[in-house]
Amino acid sequence: MGMTLVEKILARATGQPAVKAGDVVEPQVDLAMSHENAALVLNQFQEIYQGTGLEARVWDPDRITIIFDHRVPAESSKTATNQKKVRDFVSKQGIGKFHDIRGDEGGICHQILPENGYVRPGAVVVGTDSHTTSHGALGAFAFGIGATEMASVWALGRVLNVEVPGTIKVEVHGDFHPYVLPKDLILYLIGKISAQGANFKVIEFHGPAIKKISTSGRLTICNMSVEAGATAGIVPGDAETVRYLNDDAGVKGRIEILQPDAEAIYDRVIQIDASAMDPQVACPHTVDNVKPVQEVVGKQVNQIVIGSCTNGRLDDIRIAAQILEGKKVARNVRMLVFPASARIYRQALQDGYLLSLMNAGAVVMNSGCGPCLGVHQGALADGDVALATTNRNFKGRMGNPAAEVFLCSPAVAAASALTGKITDPRKGA
Amino acid sequence: MTKVVLKLGDDVSTDIIYPGRFMATVLPTETPQYIFADLVDFNRRVKNQDIAPQSVIVAGNNFGCGSSREQAASCLKGPDFIVIARDFARIFLQNSINLGLNTIICPDIEADEGDELKISATQVLNLTSGKNFKVVPLPQARQAIIDAGGLIPYTRQRLLQTKK
Repeated sequence: MGMTLVEKILARATGQPAVKAGDVVEPQVDLAMSHENAALVLNQFQEIYQGTGLEARVWDPDRITIIFDHRVPAESSKTATNQKKVRDFVSKQGIGKFHDIRGDEGGICHQILPENGYVRPGAVVVGTDSHTTSHGALGAFAFGIGATEMASVWALGRVLNVEVPGTIKVEVHGDFHPYVLPKDLILYLIGKISAQGANFKVIEFHGPAIKKISTSGRLTICNMSVEAGATAGIVPGDAETVRYLNDDAGVKGRIEILQPDAEAIYDRVIQIDASAMDPQVACPHTVDNVKPVQEVVGKQVNQIVIGSCTNGRLDDIRIAAQILEGKKVARNVRMLVFPASARIYRQALQDGYLLSLMNAGAVVMNSGCGPCLGVHQGALADGDVALATTNRNFKGRMGNPAAEVFLCSPAVAAASALTGKITDPRKGA
Repeated sequence: MTKVVLKLGDDVSTDIIYPGRFMATVLPTETPQYIFADLVDFNRRVKNQDIAPQSVIVAGNNFGCGSSREQAASCLKGPDFIVIARDFARIFLQNSINLGLNTIICPDIEADEGDELKISATQVLNLTSGKNFKVVPLPQARQAIIDAGGLIPYTRQRLLQTKK
């Protein structure tokens, strides 16, 4: 019997010839990622050891990575104190893959992992962040877990009681039109299958249109798979994966790629024609409330946000800069741009994109989660409307339940910044 | 017998249960103060301890969707709520099991605020409406964690086994 890609990965991570959906397994973890919530993880970790007489040591410091991104630089003394606790723990336990608040190697966890080559095809990656699904872009099985689950992983090096998930296969054909981007594909899919359409399942992406998408775009797609409820999104590795790891992430040596079997059993197969797709907008207050842009054109907006683990990469910033070059952000709009990592920030600086954006009136913020989750800068006023390239539009998401958040691609966001209204980038501003 | 104190719809996200702006607070002993912070009246009732332990929150599909923040489970565990939903989002359900929050999957549940319920392992009886609703049992693998009293004691057992 054939196996899906995640079944294959889990068979390998449990040392079995085969596993199938529904089996309960305890896979070995290749990489365990946390951000500021490592403060809670380490609290739970120490509790595990209480009364055991054992010293609280993590199972393998080289397989743990910690990145500060959610509230950087610290927005409060409470956060600063938690960050300090984590810093002390990292140094005591000898955790090397630690990314502090720095302009050379800091940034958002879901960009730091790929750009440093921490994630390999076929790996099992867990993170105390729901958007850990991002790393499926490199052919890994990557999923979000809670802090106590992570404490257990730090102790044992395994995730306990994992049910092998079933898989939905999504095949994408046809060519994307200009200004229709990977973000539009994932929004379209979420709108089609709903916010719980892939609950407890993996979405495996296939087809000629996926092959043509860069790793950056694949990260966007896998990142938001969780918004359809998916345990993970995954793109089987290919030549682009190898190119990205060698050229962009500096990985040396041979890269092994796993593929699903041709006779793998899928719960469902969904076909999508990319050439028939419009730019998409997710309307308040659920991510599956998705409409083609032409149905929401003209809606007044107060704040445009470009950035985040979903769309803060170089090509996202480039397309925004190209649309805004030599023009001005509308007077009644605040435009915030936050690159996904310090490396991307510096590259966008060198390439002149940030200058174009600032000349147009955008505010460029440091790399981090920033306004996306409403804890640190960019909060909305009562009645405000935000149009953002981020990943969630839940009520209260950007810090105010009396505001509205619409989600879109960087092209829609940039075109809308010029007019102050939701604008179809294909029509020009 | 227990009472429904809050009724919610589908897709209640962790941003509603525990808004992101309170995420700097992490300890389970401190998170209940921010429970449903934007449902101001309900939050006040919890903080004033106006609600009896083992009271029920009833929700629709996909309860706990969104962020993996464990505060969303710990803030419900502190005041000892029972959450009955038509179904739950994956990470929230796992966090709840790990922390010992009583979550009940009841795909057809119908209950309003004020209704009295009788809950068993297999069914929820709504004493107010007289209707009976089937409970979907948790997978056995998860039951082992519940039986151990949560993931911390379960991991502790496993750790001691491996170090023997």
